[in-house]
Amino acid sequence: MPKTLSPSKLIPAGTLYRGREGQWSWVAHRITGVVIFFFLLVHVLDTSLVRVSPEAYDAVIGAYKNPIMGLGELGLVAAIVFHAFNGIRVILVDFWKQGPKYHRQMLWGVLGLWALVMIAFSIRHLSHVFGG
Amino acid sequence: MATPTIETPRSGRMTPGYSRTTTSRGNFEMIAWLFMRLSGAILVVLIFVHLYVNLVAGDGISGIDFGFVAGKWANPTWQIWDLAMLWLAMLHGTNGIRVIINDYAEKNSTRMWLKGVLYTATVVIVVLGTLVIFTFDPCPVINGVPHVADYCPAA
Ligand code: HEM
Repeated sequence: MPKTLSPSKLIPAGTLYRGREGQWSWVAHRITGVVIFFFLLVHVLDTSLVRVSPEAYDAVIGAYKNPIMGLGELGLVAAIVFHAFNGIRVILVDFWKQGPKYHRQMLWGVLGLWALVMIAFSIRHLSHVFGG
Repeated sequence: MATPTIETPRSGRMTPGYSRTTTSRGNFEMIAWLFMRLSGAILVVLIFVHLYVNLVAGDGISGIDFGFVAGKWANPTWQIWDLAMLWLAMLHGTNGIRVIINDYAEKNSTRMWLKGVLYTATVVIVVLGTLVIFTFDPCPVINGVPHVADYCPAA
């Protein structure tokens, strides 16, 4: 009897695009970009309160000074730092001759640098947020 | 009779009738693509210094209040810094969202509406932010009451 592949080996499991590192870094770049944009709208609005009165600005900034907002700020910085480093990677992929060849290695570089920056920043920021 | 030369499709030198793209939109998308990369490279510097000065140096986030902002905007360098950051980040972000809307909103009317809302928000925020940076008064007098701070002239 001739050897045949079992049907499960012939039928593709779903139609999900498997672009691996390149695909997921693009998804993360897109999500962080949108998050940062909406934050920026609010950030310009709250900063504009300096034009209303010092009290109005201090009241709103004071309302931000709690652990939940502190963790939110940490998340926003994490999003911006990833988007910035990965943005540089995208620029290198587009303009550097070896860029497309090393795009995967560069993503690990991005994630490594991101982790370093975030560890250092977390220590600093959380000690302000929880240190009173 | 000489053999007619047939230009390659992307040479931009073919008979106009055969061109697939109308010239009305020009190379806007290419300029937008380039702008994303240029503004991104500049924004890295602008934003990282912004985050360092406001959240890491000195008292970090605990030090932020009206006086902190007044102290920064007393210096024209920070005014220009923040102005450049506002404009570049808003244009970069707006173009990014425009691309995302084009990617996911399939109905013409949905795309138009979403982009209308987007561009309105962008104009409002950029104009508001610019006015705030340039009309900022560190020692305002509100309803006849002058603001008290050590950097303000005593009333
Ligand atoms: C910190 C420096 C930044 C760098 C280096 C950077 C870099 C980039 C690059 C190169 C792209 C183009 C990606 C592509 O065409 O495939 C991009 C897209 C985008 N950026 Fe940024 N960016 C930065 C900051 C920001 C900020 C502050 C915002 C929000 C206001 C933002 C929002 C976006 C959005 C929404 C997209 C579109 C994402 C997509 O189409 O998938 N970026 N960024």
